Amino acid sequence: MGCSRVLEADMTDLLLKADGLCKHFGALQVCNNLHLGVEKGELHGLIGPNGAGKTTVLNLISGLLTPDDGKLFLAGCDISRTSVHHRARLGLARAFQVTSLFNSSTVLENLSMAVQAHQGKGFHFWSNAARDRQILEPASAVMERMGLADRGNIPAGSLSHGERRQLEMGMALATQPAMLLLDEPMAGLGPGGSLKLSELISDLKGEITILLVEHDMQAVFSLADRISVLVQGEVVATDTPDAIRKNKLVQEAYLGGT
Amino acid sequence: MINRKAVINVLGLLIFLLLPPLTQLFGQEYLLSLFSRILIYGLAAASLDLILGYGGMVSLGHAVFMGIGGYSVGILAFHSYESTAFMSWPLLISGTENALLVWPVAVLAAAFFGLVTGAICLRTKGMHFIMITLAFAQMAYYFFVSLSTYGGSDGLSLYNRNTMPLFDLGSDVTFYYLCLGILLVFLLMGHRLMQSHFGRVISGCRENEQRVQVLGFASYRYKLACYTFAAAAAGLAGALLANQGEFVSPGLMHWTKSGEIMVMVLLGGMGTLTGPVLGAATLLLMEDFLAMYTEHWMVILGPFLIVVVLFAKRGLYGLLTGAGGRHD
Amino acid sequence: MLLFIEQLLNGLQLGVMLFLMSAGLTLVFGIMQVINLAHGSFYMIGAYVAATVAARSGSFLLGMAVALPVAAAVGMTVELTVLRRLYKRDHLDQVLATFGLIFFFNELTRIIWGRQPLFMDIPAWLGGAVELLPGVHYPVYRLAIILVGVLVALFLYLLFSRTRLGMQIRAGASNREMVAALGVNIRLLYTLVFGLGTMLAALAGIMAGPILAVEAGMGESILILTFVVIVIGGIGSVRGALIGALLVGMVDTMGRAFLPDVLRFVFSPATADTLGASLSSMSVYIFMAMVLTFKPAGLFPAHN
Repeated sequence: MGCSRVLEADMTDLLLKADGLCKHFGALQVCNNLHLGVEKGELHGLIGPNGAGKTTVLNLISGLLTPDDGKLFLAGCDISRTSVHHRARLGLARAFQVTSLFNSSTVLENLSMAVQAHQGKGFHFWSNAARDRQILEPASAVMERMGLADRGNIPAGSLSHGERRQLEMGMALATQPAMLLLDEPMAGLGPGGSLKLSELISDLKGEITILLVEHDMQAVFSLADRISVLVQGEVVATDTPDAIRKNKLVQEAYLGGT
Repeated sequence: MINRKAVINVLGLLIFLLLPPLTQLFGQEYLLSLFSRILIYGLAAASLDLILGYGGMVSLGHAVFMGIGGYSVGILAFHSYESTAFMSWPLLISGTENALLVWPVAVLAAAFFGLVTGAICLRTKGMHFIMITLAFAQMAYYFFVSLSTYGGSDGLSLYNRNTMPLFDLGSDVTFYYLCLGILLVFLLMGHRLMQSHFGRVISGCRENEQRVQVLGFASYRYKLACYTFAAAAAGLAGALLANQGEFVSPGLMHWTKSGEIMVMVLLGGMGTLTGPVLGAATLLLMEDFLAMYTEHWMVILGPFLIVVVLFAKRGLYGLLTGAGGRHD
Repeated sequence: MLLFIEQLLNGLQLGVMLFLMSAGLTLVFGIMQVINLAHGSFYMIGAYVAATVAARSGSFLLGMAVALPVAAAVGMTVELTVLRRLYKRDHLDQVLATFGLIFFFNELTRIIWGRQPLFMDIPAWLGGAVELLPGVHYPVYRLAIILVGVLVALFLYLLFSRTRLGMQIRAGASNREMVAALGVNIRLLYTLVFGLGTMLAALAGIMAGPILAVEAGMGESILILTFVVIVIGGIGSVRGALIGALLVGMVDTMGRAFLPDVLRFVFSPATADTLGASLSSMSVYIFMAMVLTFKPAGLFPAHN
């Protein structure tokens, strides 16, 4: 069966569906019969105590890990065995917890790579990529949106921690994804940086479906439409922020754990 | 300092252009064959730079493609002298000394070997990749050593160089300029290639391959294409080298040759394309020069290499131009 | 059948040699994450020193007793002066610098011992052959090599499973950070591991002395096969090195001995011989390619 890029017009209620995902490393079961559904257009928070397997879930979704068992659907299409790059081409973008950039390239070049990926321009051997306006324009637009407009010619490796976070998200955004996976975008940021980033995220809300993994509870509860709670590789609850706050299971998981 | 780089490049080009008349003027014609070899090894080193310096693929078997290119020339010439067929089934391939046929065959043969072995090697990374490229090169080496029809470990001698319309390849001066022309075309192509969209992806693979994949590029295919292209260019270098020395032997693809080409790249400056040519010139001239003083020149070259690796990572081209080279 | 048993033993003997070379090298690769191309040089140094001392004194054992510590000393000196600076560098730097070391050591041996190969005698007490089975005569010396290999494998097994040092080494091969976190003196550990690897390589060189010619560059031919072993076995795994060495030893020996005969069933004798010679010299590499197609990280990957 053929999977095609997720389009705006696709009317599936669940954009992403994880159906009984399992993953273990040696004797350690990090993902245990995990069910998760992310609705189209929502900002879905994924929280859980340390070691609950949040990053593993994102790795399974983006394809950096393959599940031992279970299935994964993107807009109704089975992507459980699809390669990393193919998932990206289908519209899944990922921002990493530890920023993953091209450090010796400039901010603009980093974003251009992402735009280039989206446009599928890879096997072009002769034209100069640095002068390709079809790429430069969208890349500059993302740069502006991420608040990096005046940093275009700085190598990514010389940016401040906060700016690297912004660029990391910009990279994901520049591929014009149907779904954005954000892995603790605010980790290590001061209060000012966190605020800036949560503004950026709420700005994207409604435009792109987002799965947000975050430690900063205040941010998650204020941003998310719905929240899933991950405990020991299992989703124990999925509900609105208010309901999650009152959920007994969740309180146990958090309070009992600490 | 854009101009400094341009000045160095133009100066280098001038030296190479004026070399044949100068060697004749001073009666040092033997230098011409040395410099032809420099150009040819420069081509091989620049092609390795594409995968090593830009793509971050540390291949320790690049000489094998030179060997295959060289043997394409040698074997076809051998059958031409003997008037026998190289292959009679499924299609008849007879020997030939026509460069316009032989050289494309050399390029294609090397590219094909690069495609097949690259497809396996590129499944691995890091140390595994280094050792597998090395092992495949040794495999080819032992294959040619065991081919007694084509001289085994003694190799094959050519009676004369390939023929080409309009050019008299037998003339050392013509041959030299032809090598120079081919090298320049390759450098131009490589330069364009690495600035293109494709080149961006290749450089991205060196720095952060996972990110390249997560963005949606099938990195494996890009690396394989780059590897195959580099193999093809090295195959051409091998064909030229066979013509230059009128001789091919398995020694051409011994792993120490691969190591030497790698040394040229590092010595000149990785990820610069022009640097490796400078590296080839430096290494070959140094060998030639040291050999005049002692037969044990390798005992000096070895520690020199270690010192370069430890302290002068940017390479000569980086030092000369004040920029360039990779500083990661 | 008799020939088969003999070749089986030959394969075993080559496997033992490869195991001695690869056991040390795989640890250096696995623990220090450093590519060392100069491992073959220690093999060569072992052979040269042993050949010289044995020729002067007439005692093979004395040659061995001198060569082992000399090689270990050279190895540890190399670790302290050159390799130590390369641990944090990328693999390319390691390849190039150790490539320089090969140049240096090969040429140094030429300066000291000249270009003529040295020949080493099999010690009288290991001369001759024994009849293993009716009709199967096998040289005692080669049997001794196999025995030494078994003893070394046993020694390494005990070292790694019973001693504190061995456990630290093993832990280092699979998780470097953890060992550092436990407060082990990593620098000392590295130097010791390197010394151990060097001694094993030298031991292989010494034992190869009476079988092969002792000459500059002798280390490189076995080095490449050692790499094949390590890649097949999985980098950092001594068990992988043992299995890989035996497999490679067998494939190589059996290929050379029987492939031409097998091919004669299909091809004309002349074609079979040429093809057999080519294929058997490539058999090990083809075998490696097959293993890697299915297991890119080798049979026993130490790192996950």
